[in-house]
Amino acid sequence: MFTAGAESLLHQAREIQDEELEKFCSRVVKLLQKDEPGPDAVDALQRLFLIVSATKYKRKLEKTCMDLLQTTLCSPKCPEQLQFLCAAILRERSPADSLSLSWDHVQSSQQLSLVASVLLAQGDKKEEVRSVGQHAFRVLESRQPEGPSLRHLLPVLSKVTHLAPHTLHEDQTNLLSKRLVEWLRYASVQQGVAHTSGGFFSTPRARQPGPVTEVDGAVATDFFTVLSTGQHFTEDQWLNVQAFSMLRAWLVHSGPQGPSAPDAGDRSEPEGSTLSVLSAASTASRLRPPRERLRDKAFEYCQRLVEQSTRRALRRGDADLQKACLVEAVLVLDTLCRQDPSFLYRTLSCLKALHVRLCGDPARARALLPIAQFFLSHGEAAAVDSEAILQHLFTRVPCELFHSPMLAFEFVRFCGDSLPLFGRNLDILKRSFPNLFKLLAWNSPPLTSEFVALLPWLVDASTAVEMLHALLDLPCLTAALDLQLRLSPAASERPLWDTSLRNPSCLEASRDPEFQALLQHLLRAKASGTVQRLAPLHQLLQPMTSCARVVQCAEAVPTLLQAFFSAVSQFADGALTNQLVLVLLERRDSLYQVPQYEARVHRVLSSQLLALCALHPSLVVDLAKELLEFVGSVSSVHSREAMLAAVAWAVGEYLSVSWDRRCTVEQITRFFEALEALLFEVTQSRPSAALPKCPPQVIAVLMTTLTKLASRSQDLIPRVSLFLSKMRTLAQSPAPSPVHGEEDAGAICTRATELLTLLKMPSVAQFVLTPSAEVSEPRYHRDANTALPLALRTVSRLVEKEAGLLPG
Amino acid sequence: MVHAFLIHTLRAPQAQDTGLCRVLYSCVFGAENSPDDPRPHGAERDRLLRKEQILAVARQVESMCRLQQQASGRTLMDLQPQSSDEPVPLHEAPLGAFRLAAGDPFQEPRTVVWLGVLSLGFALVLDAHENLLLAEGTLRLLARLLLDHLRLLTPSTNLLLRADRIEGILARFLPHGQLLFLNDQFVQGLEKEFSAAWPR
Repeated sequence: MFTAGAESLLHQAREIQDEELEKFCSRVVKLLQKDEPGPDAVDALQRLFLIVSATKYKRKLEKTCMDLLQTTLCSPKCPEQLQFLCAAILRERSPADSLSLSWDHVQSSQQLSLVASVLLAQGDKKEEVRSVGQHAFRVLESRQPEGPSLRHLLPVLSKVTHLAPHTLHEDQTNLLSKRLVEWLRYASVQQGVAHTSGGFFSTPRARQPGPVTEVDGAVATDFFTVLSTGQHFTEDQWLNVQAFSMLRAWLVHSGPQGPSAPDAGDRSEPEGSTLSVLSAASTASRLRPPRERLRDKAFEYCQRLVEQSTRRALRRGDADLQKACLVEAVLVLDTLCRQDPSFLYRTLSCLKALHVRLCGDPARARALLPIAQFFLSHGEAAAVDSEAILQHLFTRVPCELFHSPMLAFEFVRFCGDSLPLFGRNLDILKRSFPNLFKLLAWNSPPLTSEFVALLPWLVDASTAVEMLHALLDLPCLTAALDLQLRLSPAASERPLWDTSLRNPSCLEASRDPEFQALLQHLLRAKASGTVQRLAPLHQLLQPMTSCARVVQCAEAVPTLLQAFFSAVSQFADGALTNQLVLVLLERRDSLYQVPQYEARVHRVLSSQLLALCALHPSLVVDLAKELLEFVGSVSSVHSREAMLAAVAWAVGEYLSVSWDRRCTVEQITRFFEALEALLFEVTQSRPSAALPKCPPQVIAVLMTTLTKLASRSQDLIPRVSLFLSKMRTLAQSPAPSPVHGEEDAGAICTRATELLTLLKMPSVAQFVLTPSAEVSEPRYHRDANTALPLALRTVSRLVEKEAGLLPG
Repeated sequence: MVHAFLIHTLRAPQAQDTGLCRVLYSCVFGAENSPDDPRPHGAERDRLLRKEQILAVARQVESMCRLQQQASGRTLMDLQPQSSDEPVPLHEAPLGAFRLAAGDPFQEPRTVVWLGVLSLGFALVLDAHENLLLAEGTLRLLARLLLDHLRLLTPSTNLLLRADRIEGILARFLPHGQLLFLNDQFVQGLEKEFSAAWPR
C-alpha cells in the first residue's frame, strides 16, 4: 500500500520551493474564485493539504489564499468536499496568528462544526474555546429540541466542556442538562422513515415504520438506548446516541465544585436521600433541579443497558458494543454515586447481580475491572466487603486471559489506578504477584514501565525473596505459559502461542510428573511462601529460549530487577538483606539460558550486591562462609567476572573490625588465601578458546582486595608484596604477553606498583585502604595534618628517597 | 475523548531499516493548553511540537506492533485476503495499547490504542481514563471504513491525496474526537449517508 510512488509524492511535497508554492497558491485562488468550483479545485486543495501537512515546519501561504480559504469555508453554497478541505488546511496550519473566521454568515451546523474545529485547534491563546462554547450554546438555545441539525453541535459542546469547563455559566449547564434528559429518556421508540429521494415509483405516503428492536431481534420493551436498533433512525434517536456518548464527561465536568465534590444542591433536601431509596417514581414527578433530574435519568439509562446486555446479540458488532456499554454503564454509575451517595444502595444490588453473571463469562472479563473499582471506591461507604470480588479477580482472570494484550493492559492500569483505594485489601494484591507476573511475562513491551511503577507496592518483606526468584525466572515463565497454551485442550480460533516455533521437543517431556510439579509451582496463582529450585525446568524448556516473546521478556528483566531492589532497600533490615544476597549468590549460575540474559542479569546483580553491602556492611561477616564458598568455587572467571569483582570488592571494603566487631583474623586470612589462589590461577592459566583471558579490571580488583586485607592483618604483608612484585614482573616482561595487551599490562603494572608502594608504610596503608567512617567528613580533606592527598604525597616522596638510597 | 488520530507506515520486522516511519495522516482534535509563549514565533513552535508529538507516537506504535508480531510469530502480510473482494479480517489484526506518561510526549498522561493492518498503522491517542473497549471498537470501525472507502487494498491507490474523504469519515464517526456508541444499524445508516454525500 505504501508504494515507492507514494514515497516520492511525499518527498515532492516536502521539497517544493517557496516560489513554486506561491504560483500554486495563486492557481488555487483562481480556481476557488470561480462561481462553480469544479473537480480541479478539489484536486488543487488536496495537493495543497498534502504540501502543508507533509512537513513539520511552517509553510508560507499567501494572505489572499488564506483569506479565500476562510471565506470558502463559511460560504453557504460551498460543496461539502471543499468545505472539508478548507477546514483541514486551516487546521493543519494551526496555530495561526492571522485567522479571522467569523460565525455570522454560517448557516448550516455542519459548517459551524468545521469552523469550530479550526478555532479549537488554535490553542486557546485568544480564548477561542470560550467563544466557540458561547456561540454553540446560543445556537442550542435558539433551536427547538428536535432541531434538524443539532447532531453536529453536540460534539462541539462536549469538546468545549472537556477543554474548558469553567467557561460555562450555570444557566447554560442547566439548559444542556435539561436537553440531555429529554434526549436520553424520551427519544422516540418508533423507527425512522427512510429518506426516499423521490422518483417515478415512490409512493407519496411512506410505509408505516415499526417499533425499534433490541439487539436480539425482539421488539423493544422500554425506552430507546444505544442498544436499540432499527432500519432507519429519527433525529432524536441520533441525539440519544450522542447524549449517552458524552454523558460521563458531562456529569464529571458540569458539577459546580469540580468532579469529585458532591452536589451542594443535595444539602437543601434533607429527606431527599431516603425518598429516592424508597421510590424512584415519586421523585421523577417533582420538579427537581436539572442536574439532579439528569442523574436520575442517567441511572435509569444505565440500568436499562445492564438489562439489555443480557440479550444475545445477532451481530458481532452489536455484541462488542454490548461489552463497551456494560463498562460505560458501570463507570457512569460510579460517577453518579460519587456525586450523590443516595444512588449507592440501588447501584450495589444491581452491580452485585451483574458481577455474579459476569464471573462465568470469560468473553466479558474486561467488564469485571470497573466493577471491582466501583466496589473499592464505594465499598467502605456501603459497608460491603469487596474482598470476595478482588479474590476472584486476582485469582482467576490473569490465569485464564493473560494472552489478551488489551485485558493485560487494562488489568495492570486498574491495579495502578486503584492503589490508594485498596486499603486493607492491599494484601490480596501483594499475594497475587505470581499471577500479575504472568501478564507481564506474556506482554512485556507495553507493561514493563507500568510494572516498574507498580513494584514498590507489590514488594513486601514476607514475599521479597520469593519475588526475587520469580523475577529471575520470568523468561522461564513466558516459556511455560507458551507451553501451557499448546497443551491446553481449549482451542481458540487461532493459535495464541508462537506459531513460528512448531512442536518444540519439550512438549511431550513436560507431561512427566516430576516436571509437572515444577511447572505447577512456576504457574502458581498466589505467593506460596516457598521457593523451589527450577534448574531441571530450565533445561527442559531450553528449546524455547529462541522464542521472540521469551527474548523480549528477558530484555525487560534487568530493568525490573533495578526497580525491585530500589523498592526493597527502602525497608529491608539486616536479616532480609542477608537472604537476598544469598539468593544473588545462589542464582548466579542457575538462570534460564536465554542468549545474553545471564550477562545482563549478572551486571545488575553485581551492582545491587555492592549497594546492599553498602547499606548493611555487616552482611559480609554474617555471610562469610557463603562468600568464601563462592570465591573458592569459581573455577573459571569467564562469565562470572561481574559477580566476582563485586564480591571481591565488597570483601575488601567491609571485612574489617571497623565495620563489624565480629570480624576475626582467621576470617581475613581465609579470604586472603582463597583470593590469592584464585588470582594465581587466573594469571597463570593460558587463555584458550574455552577460557578467554581475565579482564584486567578483575585482576586489579583482586590485587587491591588482597592488599586491603593485608593492611588489616599485617602478617600477610610479606606474602602479598611478593605476589605483587611477581605480578609486576609478569606484566613488565618484554616478551609479547599472550595473556594481556600492552595497555592492560601497563594498567596492571601501575596498580601493582601503587599497591606495593603503599604497603611499604603499613600504617599509611591501613589509613588509605581501610578508612574509618569519619573520612567522609570535610575535616579530613581541609585539615593540613590529616588530609589524605597530603599523606599520600608524603609517603611517595619518602619511599622514593628510600628507594634511591637502597643499593641496586 | 480522543486527542488525536493518526495513520502511519508500518515496516515489516524483517526488513532492514530503510527509510523512516512516515505519518501519512494525522488529526488533532483541539489543542493542548500551550504554555504562555510571548515570543514572536510561539505559534510555529507549538505546531512543531504538535507534529513531533504525533511522530513520536507513530514510532512507538510501530515498535510495539513489530514486537507483538515477532512474539506471536506472525507477519502483517498474513492478513492479506485472497482476493480484493474479501474483507480484511480485522479481528485478527494486531491490536494493543500502551500508556504515555505526563510530559512524554504530551503534557498530560495519555493512552494510545493502535491497530496494524498490512503496512499501515492506525492509532488513537486518548485521555488517560477512557473506555478502552469502545476505543478498540471505534478504531476497528475506522480502519474498516478507510480500507473500504479509500480502496486501500488495490495497489495503485494511496491515501496521501485523499484527505477529504478521511476527514469526511472522521467527521461522522469520530466528531471532534467524541467516541460514539454506534450499533451496527447506526453504522450502516451513517455509511449510507457518507456514500451519498461523497460518491466514489
